[in-house]
Amino acid sequence: MDNNREFLMRRLHSLLGIIPIGLFLTQHLIVNHFATQGEEAFNTASHFMANLPFVIFLEIFVIYLPLMYHAFYGLYIAFTAKNNPGHYSYMRNMLFIAQRYTGVFLVVFIAWHVFETRFQVAIGNAAEADFNMMENILSNPWMLAFYIIGVLSATFHLSNGLWSFLVTWGITQSAAAQKYATYFTLLVFIVLSVIGIRALFAFV
Amino acid sequence: MGEAAKTVIFEIERRNSTDENSYWEKFELPYKMNMNVISALMEIRRNPVNMDGKKTTPVTWDMNCLEEVCGACSMVINGKARQSCTALVDQLEQPIRLQPMKTFPVVRDLIIDRSRMFDSLKKVKAWVPIDGTHDLGEGPRMPERKRQWAYELSKCMTCGVCLEACPNVNDKSDFIGAAPLSQVRLMNAHPTGAMNRDARLNAIMGEGGLASCGNSQNCVESCPKGIPLTTSIAALNRDTTVQMFRNFFGSDRMVD
Repeated sequence: MDNNREFLMRRLHSLLGIIPIGLFLTQHLIVNHFATQGEEAFNTASHFMANLPFVIFLEIFVIYLPLMYHAFYGLYIAFTAKNNPGHYSYMRNMLFIAQRYTGVFLVVFIAWHVFETRFQVAIGNAAEADFNMMENILSNPWMLAFYIIGVLSATFHLSNGLWSFLVTWGITQSAAAQKYATYFTLLVFIVLSVIGIRALFAFV
Repeated sequence: MGEAAKTVIFEIERRNSTDENSYWEKFELPYKMNMNVISALMEIRRNPVNMDGKKTTPVTWDMNCLEEVCGACSMVINGKARQSCTALVDQLEQPIRLQPMKTFPVVRDLIIDRSRMFDSLKKVKAWVPIDGTHDLGEGPRMPERKRQWAYELSKCMTCGVCLEACPNVNDKSDFIGAAPLSQVRLMNAHPTGAMNRDARLNAIMGEGGLASCGNSQNCVESCPKGIPLTTSIAALNRDTTVQMFRNFFGSDRMVD
């Protein structure tokens, strides 16, 4: 048991989920929220983000690499579990299962989302990921539903992941600390979900 | 008797040996006051006739203390892993379904082989080394309040219920489960045991160790002894966080 590669990989997985991915998701949802102030406000914010200096390096090191590691190692974690909701339907076990289902769904959702937006800009099919682009995508009710589930999965996965992060790094130890962390992360889930969903409906 | 005699129905998942397929067999036996699953199994052993009236082989199971301190009689009763000695028939829904804890290799019928747990205890060095070539004298004293706290962790009887309930302990993973991890916390809390703290922490930082926990917390919900297993895991998470940095940034291999 002297090989601690698995330990380090799991810890890295936990860390990257919060820093930078969790921070990026929060920032992304907040920037999206500009859409509620109208087309121009969103386009200004989106233009600012897309034209940050060294943006490609920011994307690679803050988004693509951490996200891909978290996604692929996460798939491995999800598929090595043997879910047992039936007789052990305790709240934490249900959240454990939901964490794995949302994780697998998010791999699909985010791949599609990036393909539809950032990738189209990269290959020159679209000039910029602007208000019109999202308006077109979300005009399809199926796509709107897909995005709503995607946003809720992401905010859940982050909130519940934050709870696990606190345990994984030994910050919340006692049952009481873990219970209050549950309340706190529930609040995070609600706040981020409201921000994310409001932004989605601003495009409709 | 004016009315039909009350009976109890058992459905038991049986198999003849580890590699054979399992089959279900039903038994109906007369109800007795205060009977538990073990006394029912003893009745089946005394008169091994199944519900179809056919004579069959007696059902085999493991037991020892009969007072929920040895852990030997653990099995899955109506879907949940627990000890059969404290499973009272009056408190169970019928038919009562008995299954072996299949997280472990099944030897026969309800008997399982829990060797992997004892192997894990060896891997994580869950003992206090005191052997020497001469008398080392008394160790440091343990404060009474700490002893009382540690006593709760020492109630673990290696019954395997926490492993059976854990979604991450399965044939796709080599996770050792909650029980041996909590023993590391117990041994590290002991003033003499703490002298080998880092060795145990490094052991659980290995393959199938602490990191494989996915926080489903079924272990703490299922533990028959009420051991705070998830607190143990979180406490070890903190200890290994420190140990991880110490291993990398520390000046040498000094203990503590």
